[in-house]
Amino acid sequence: MNAGTKFAIGAGLIVASVGYLMASGVKETGQYFLTPTELTQKIALDPSFYNVGMRVGAHVVRGTVSKDVATQTLRFDVSDGSARFPVVFHGLPPDTFTDSVEVVVEGRLQKDGVIHATNVLAKCGSRYESVPKA
Amino acid sequence: MTVLGSICLWLAFLLGVWGALAGIVGGLSGRLDLARSARHAVLAMCGALLVAVFALEWALFHHDFNVEYVAAYTSRNLPIFYTWSALYAGQKGSLLFWATVLSVFGSLAMAFTPRHNRPLLPYVAGVVSAVAAFFISVMLFAWLVPPHTSANPFDRLPYTPIDGSGLNPQLQNPGMVFHPPMLYLGYISITIPFAFAIAALLSKRLDTDWLVAIRKWTLLSWLFLSIGICLGMWWAYVELGWGGYWAWDPVENASLLPWLTMTAFLHSVMIQEKRGMLKKWNLALIIGSWLLSIFGTFITRSGVISSVHSFTQSSVGYFFFGFLVIAGIVSFTLYAIRLPLLEAETRLESMISREASFLFNNLLLVGIAFSVLWGTLFPILSELVKGTKITVGPPFFNQVNIPLGLGLLALTGIGPLIAWRRASVPNLKRQFAVPVTVGVFAALIVLVGGMREFYATVAIGFGAFVLGTVTQEFARGARARHRQYGEAYVLALGRLLARNRRRYGGYIVHTGIVILFVAFAGMAFKTETEATLRPGESVSLRSPYGYTYTFTSLGLSQYDALNRQVTAAAVEVRRDGKTIGLLNPEKRQHVDGLGRPTFQPSTEPSIMSLLREDLYVVLGGVVNGTEQAVFRFTINPLVWWVWYGGLIVALGGLIVMWPGGGSPAVKRSQAGYAVRLVGEK
Repeated sequence: MNAGTKFAIGAGLIVASVGYLMASGVKETGQYFLTPTELTQKIALDPSFYNVGMRVGAHVVRGTVSKDVATQTLRFDVSDGSARFPVVFHGLPPDTFTDSVEVVVEGRLQKDGVIHATNVLAKCGSRYESVPKA
Repeated sequence: MTVLGSICLWLAFLLGVWGALAGIVGGLSGRLDLARSARHAVLAMCGALLVAVFALEWALFHHDFNVEYVAAYTSRNLPIFYTWSALYAGQKGSLLFWATVLSVFGSLAMAFTPRHNRPLLPYVAGVVSAVAAFFISVMLFAWLVPPHTSANPFDRLPYTPIDGSGLNPQLQNPGMVFHPPMLYLGYISITIPFAFAIAALLSKRLDTDWLVAIRKWTLLSWLFLSIGICLGMWWAYVELGWGGYWAWDPVENASLLPWLTMTAFLHSVMIQEKRGMLKKWNLALIIGSWLLSIFGTFITRSGVISSVHSFTQSSVGYFFFGFLVIAGIVSFTLYAIRLPLLEAETRLESMISREASFLFNNLLLVGIAFSVLWGTLFPILSELVKGTKITVGPPFFNQVNIPLGLGLLALTGIGPLIAWRRASVPNLKRQFAVPVTVGVFAALIVLVGGMREFYATVAIGFGAFVLGTVTQEFARGARARHRQYGEAYVLALGRLLARNRRRYGGYIVHTGIVILFVAFAGMAFKTETEATLRPGESVSLRSPYGYTYTFTSLGLSQYDALNRQVTAAAVEVRRDGKTIGLLNPEKRQHVDGLGRPTFQPSTEPSIMSLLREDLYVVLGGVVNGTEQAVFRFTINPLVWWVWYGGLIVALGGLIVMWPGGGSPAVKRSQAGYAVRLVGEK
């Protein structure tokens, strides 16, 4: 077997492992990114779509934010104009979180109809802002 | 001044268009007058853009709030340091910055390219002009495309506000003053090697000479990117308050992509120089790196991928997307046409050779780049293919890249130990014995010490192996000089480094990379807790080394500073009962000249950086009207080493880049000498 063939085998192994790692990575860690409307449709189609890790991108509904500093509990509603979900989050929200920002909520929708967030990312829509990750 | 600025933009645009036409036509037709005119166009464009930058800085410093950009990014009470850096704080200003720096780099390339590569210059001038003209055209014409947002930094408002809205407090950090320009310098300077690559393709001068011409440029942009990425990590860590330095955010990924492909290039270029192989691969890497740098700029600007960093969605995105597609098609078409001229001069002789190990290193680097690109684009790809958006986050990137990265780390140690062409078994034994022993020993020590994290243990073992390699190389080189020239060991070591900057500077970079890997592995042991404390109350946290840290809140204070109201907490830190210091995390509310709040309150973490671990405290909030406050306490092992690893990488890069070191012929013979040194028995 000449060096070129051996090298091709080695290269093939590397390419295959990169491919395998990527495929398994997507499979194991991929999360749906949904709007509230899409989430409503998902539940309508598949009533067992609860307690599934996902990210929901929407804006915070003005006036729904309630913050309890002592227990570090943050409650708010998110909406995309048509569908709306309440969210509960334990922890420190990012600096830019207000009742008028776009957020990405990472978490799971539970049977109580509330999204239990593990992470809230806020995006300031007005101009260049680097926003902390919660 | 804005009139002057606008005139200069137009002038620079016209010069750019002319330079592009004259450069390409002049080069292809061999008309020297056109070629000269193209080179002059680059210099003139550079002058016009510098005047435009001056005009914008003038407006910034004179608080000309009638200029929309000045009103949007500065205010009267903004520290002068940040007023200056507001030039690139916003999208419009950074476009101007991009075009200007590119024209400066272009002019430097015109001035400092050695004589034998001068025939390439008309094409280089053409490509640089075209790219700069594109950036200027975005500023001038973005308003023509929906949603009709202008990107001209010299736009005026119909009225003059009394004060500007100020700079985002998170950008008011020294790291943020240097991070974006460093990153931009990296992104921008890739255009020069790209321009040389296109020039070589157009002129069919595809020998090794053009490669030598661009190696330093590639190193330069690699160095800028490395520093820019490290500064970005540092800024994210000290300013954003989420307790880490890398989050696999699309914009961070975008800066990593060209860095990976350029690192690959800097290795594979050696194979082309020494063995005449990999010509196609190297050209593709350069073109790819450049496209990735434009892609990075595109991602930051377009809002196409939802990133917490990105600029708002605007017309600029379409421009960049169009440019990316056209530039990609044009350059790869040209590349395809010239492929027959890029045949290798020699073949791979053995799997156990330095060439082969470099090839695997290249494959891994490109594989990592590909997986990062894939993960970054996955939401878009999955939506196109399956109709649902699926995102992947840090778990994906870690799962894929930790094993690949460790493979790369191992190759970092293996590559320098294997001879070129073909290595013999006794030679391999002699080369590997010490480093492998060191690596195994290090892994055993941490295992006995109680470490049970698989990847972290492997990282430490491989890291020690690479350090063993580097030390062995330095020691053998110094000993050879000591024997041959009778130099004292310290002098021999210094001369070794000075005479073979490329090789031994490279080893210093490897040392920095090892430190970075070990420091990254430390983050596997990150520990954190959140607590609500009244003055006098405390919370304890056990560090991975077995210490117990106790944090006691001593109370809050409030005061006014230059442009902000500050709420600061005092937290006493004790390690195993012994007081070791005080931490002062802050919550800041920035205000305008009239004392009205601007922006959201921002968090200022307080960090105690120790050799073994960082104590990182964030003041989350205060329960209204009381002194009860919410804190997040984080113990981040080995973070200090990330910054110092980065510094060592930069230092090594500088040594490699440092000019001088004799004529190319001397260098070549020295390189040969070094190879013999490794190959000798």
